[in-house]
Amino acid sequence: MPATETTVPQPSRTEPALIRNFCIIAHIDHGKSTLADRMLQITGVVDTRQMREQYLDRMDIERERGITIKSQAVRMPWSPTDGGSSGGAHILNMIDTPGHVDFTYEVSRSLAACEGCVLLVDAAQGIEAQTLANLYLAMENDLTIIPVLNKIDLPAAQPEKFAAELAGLIGCDPADVLRVSAKTGEGVEQLLDEVVRQVPAPVGVKDAPARAMIFDSVYDSYRGVVTYVKVVDGTLGRRERIKMMSTGAQHELLEIGTNSPEMTPADGLSVGEVGYLITGVKDVRQSKVGDTVTRLSKGATEPLGGYKDPKPMVFSGLYPVDGSDYPELRDALDKLQLNDAALVYEPETSAALGFGFRVGFLGLLHLEVIRERLEREFNLDLIATAPNVIYRVVLEDRTEHVVTNPSEFPVGKIEEVYEPVVRATVLTPSEYIGAVMELCQNRRGTLLGMDYLSEERVEIRYTLPLAEVVFDFFDQLKSKTRGYASLDYEPTGEQSSQLVKVDILLHGDKVDAFSAITHKDKAYAYGVRLVAKLKELIPRQAFEVPVQAAIGSRVIARETIRAIRKDVLAKCYGGDISRKRKLLEKQKEGKKRMKMVGSVEVPQDAFIAVLSSDDGDSKAKK
Amino acid sequence: MGRMPSVLPDGEPAPEDGTLPAEALAGAPDRPLGFYAHVPYCATRCGYCDFNTYTAAELRGTSRDDYAATFAEEVRLARKVLGDDPREVETVFFGGGTPTLLPAADLGRMLGAIRSEFGLAADAEVTTEANPESVDPAYLAELREAGFNRISFGMQSAREHVLRVLDRTHTPGRPEACVAEARAAGFEHVNLDLIYGTPGETDDDWRASLAAALGAGPDHVSAYALIVEEGTQLARRIRRGEVPPTDDDEHADRYLIAEEALSAAGMDWYEVSNWAVPGDAARCRHNELYWTGADWWGAGPGAHSHVGGVRWWNVKHPAPYASALAAGRSPAAGREVLTEEDRRVERILLELRLSAGCPVSLLRPAGAEAASRAVGDGLLERGPYEAGRLVLTLRGRLLADAVVRDLVD
Repeated sequence: MPATETTVPQPSRTEPALIRNFCIIAHIDHGKSTLADRMLQITGVVDTRQMREQYLDRMDIERERGITIKSQAVRMPWSPTDGGSSGGAHILNMIDTPGHVDFTYEVSRSLAACEGCVLLVDAAQGIEAQTLANLYLAMENDLTIIPVLNKIDLPAAQPEKFAAELAGLIGCDPADVLRVSAKTGEGVEQLLDEVVRQVPAPVGVKDAPARAMIFDSVYDSYRGVVTYVKVVDGTLGRRERIKMMSTGAQHELLEIGTNSPEMTPADGLSVGEVGYLITGVKDVRQSKVGDTVTRLSKGATEPLGGYKDPKPMVFSGLYPVDGSDYPELRDALDKLQLNDAALVYEPETSAALGFGFRVGFLGLLHLEVIRERLEREFNLDLIATAPNVIYRVVLEDRTEHVVTNPSEFPVGKIEEVYEPVVRATVLTPSEYIGAVMELCQNRRGTLLGMDYLSEERVEIRYTLPLAEVVFDFFDQLKSKTRGYASLDYEPTGEQSSQLVKVDILLHGDKVDAFSAITHKDKAYAYGVRLVAKLKELIPRQAFEVPVQAAIGSRVIARETIRAIRKDVLAKCYGGDISRKRKLLEKQKEGKKRMKMVGSVEVPQDAFIAVLSSDDGDSKAKK
Repeated sequence: MGRMPSVLPDGEPAPEDGTLPAEALAGAPDRPLGFYAHVPYCATRCGYCDFNTYTAAELRGTSRDDYAATFAEEVRLARKVLGDDPREVETVFFGGGTPTLLPAADLGRMLGAIRSEFGLAADAEVTTEANPESVDPAYLAELREAGFNRISFGMQSAREHVLRVLDRTHTPGRPEACVAEARAAGFEHVNLDLIYGTPGETDDDWRASLAAALGAGPDHVSAYALIVEEGTQLARRIRRGEVPPTDDDEHADRYLIAEEALSAAGMDWYEVSNWAVPGDAARCRHNELYWTGADWWGAGPGAHSHVGGVRWWNVKHPAPYASALAAGRSPAAGREVLTEEDRRVERILLELRLSAGCPVSLLRPAGAEAASRAVGDGLLERGPYEAGRLVLTLRGRLLADAVVRDLVD
């Protein structure tokens, strides 16, 4: 039942034994936001009059003063209805987790702030690969898992079947799987009770020097960076001076507090509590996820474990279609970086595409999100080169080169090339096992193992080169399984491979934007495909244009764009003159949309067509 | 054949009384003046034709019988608009449509209107287009009598299967006979229009057409690549797969065949699609007015005019055309006043099509660089270039539009 106001423990004065920190792991559309809504309502944090759908998700749009903070952790009081040993007002901190594979590290930090998690699965669909990946991550973090089937009110719900599946996965009794309808609220009170009963209280040392782990940090244009922390040891109080342990940066705590769900300032945060800090910094890179916050004076000497710098895995060149938009693109990236510590970029010049940036991303979704935001929020038209991974090239003279742009692949004598690999997990209906395995084999995969989740569903694990995953893999997987398979992957290191750079030459001039690094067995197919495509996309010119694919100086594929022989209107009499002049003006406009590659005019659209069909990223959402 | 495309350009509204800005008339006496007379009638519409012309079935509310009188109204309007412009008319060209669908007397009356309002220069060139099936010796004699001295026959092809695809109703051999009849009637200058690249036409068909045309002894030949215009019957037939599409490479081959045959017969090209026996006399002086920025008044529905940097065009349909004139209003549908840059661009795109070429001095620095490249690429003749003129080579003629795009920079 909702805790009455007088009995609710206040921030900085809450016994750890009364705190429950938990998150909800769910696939998109499985009802996480709706469940959060019900919890806010049932715990009385948001009253029915204020309630609106997807309350937490929509705060950004609806809040006054333009504050765009999405609540990353909500403090909810709750007194369990079953009484007994766990009776009395407790504090439930519901911590949000990013939902996607690209943000595995961020997910792991959010999970590290929790002692338990609600595994929420659609009773009509069963678990998906990404949910499974996050579940494994939660299990690795020793979180208590509360399995829950949602949408039990749906006619298509199969609670028996999926309860068995979940029980098999986490090793519990199918009878222990809770059944709720976030939509109607059915079972949500019992779920809150179970959170209090099952999730362990946080354990920390109250008298130790303060140590708080940053699990999220968000830029807000009014308040600067809002940093979300879980206090592991000691306490942090307002107006205290603090230190970020990874960088040594010092700040004053201008504000400290909790969200219920609005930001509510407090005197401080004590051991086991979750809340936010505001220091006035303007850039999320000064408040890094995973870092440890301590007091400046008598601070801790050992940071909490687990901090990592975000490392970009996938690179793509971003170029404005209209070269004069370059400064706007730079400003837009600068702005996005304020809120995205994982976004890295540096200026790059392409002979074919002009001035742009080589941008590093955590993965394909991250790439797509950034590209969409640049186009939508900043109104930029962009050409993105095909995404590529980082290669480590060791030359025969033992010098080492890190290649983030295929056109920079060294030309010297190469001893070895290393490429990143991932552990990919595919969940698929069992009838598609053959198709999935064939796809993975074609993509140079190594089978790690296979497990039946149920009679109809299989988990298949492969080691795959990341470059192969980045290249169209998700689309292929979806099409070969009629959309039923789901995919997750995590980086696991690198491997030495037989890789070569394929260059594309137009009329003898290398087109840097089309250079690609591929396995040597696939170079020929890549070359033939690209050369054929360019032949189709590039209009005939006044001269014959050979289109070649080459490895070094060895040409592996060639097509010829025949010279145009006729480009003249037959008639030009009195009535044709205005029409012809206007046609000429239109053609001149069209010519402006051409990029000159050496002496060859290449339509902008050809770049977009060639590059976009290769990346397959636009659909690589979950 | 015709000279006026059916799609009108976008422009500004033209004044009701047809008046021109004062600057358009400045310096007029130094420019030649021509007249184009549009006759918007055809017996049947050919499948490839998108010209502004109407068959009897397509006309409602107007009569061909009144056309000469309506036309004369516009000539009188022209007189009023040009005011005390002292110029006599140097060239007159009757196009369509099929001018010869009208009685020769009507054509004579139309010409008479021009003569009485403006006066014809002593050596004026007076041309009419004619369909081979629509004339006979008596008709031709009447035209000659009325003052026509040049005639242009729409021969198109000597092959029956090609004429059939083009919906032309005359029989092979008839155009050649027309040339002889025209000569006999006293026409000094006779042109044959040919079309190449018609679906189904072979290189040999084309050679045969050229040979037949040259055998008839005209002093002028126009050879046009077949353009499949949107909205024509031919475009629909191609889209439906009933006839194969035209092919630019094939057109290029045919053009080279034409150049070879016509020059072997002693004719010289003087515009991309026009050849004449040597000397100025055989060239179509009226068309040369179009290409050299001279003044002409185009009278008739959908006709285009140009005077001193102002281009305008009449309403397309004969009915509103006639009613505008009847109400004392200009039939102009719209006009554009060319800027200096427009005029520069037009000069390049028109004059470059001529064997006389255009002066290098028209180009800006980027265009001049492009010209030097085009010489290197064999698209412009080196000799004239070094003497300050841009003249297309044979290959350059086939790529004239591409060359122009670079030169106007």
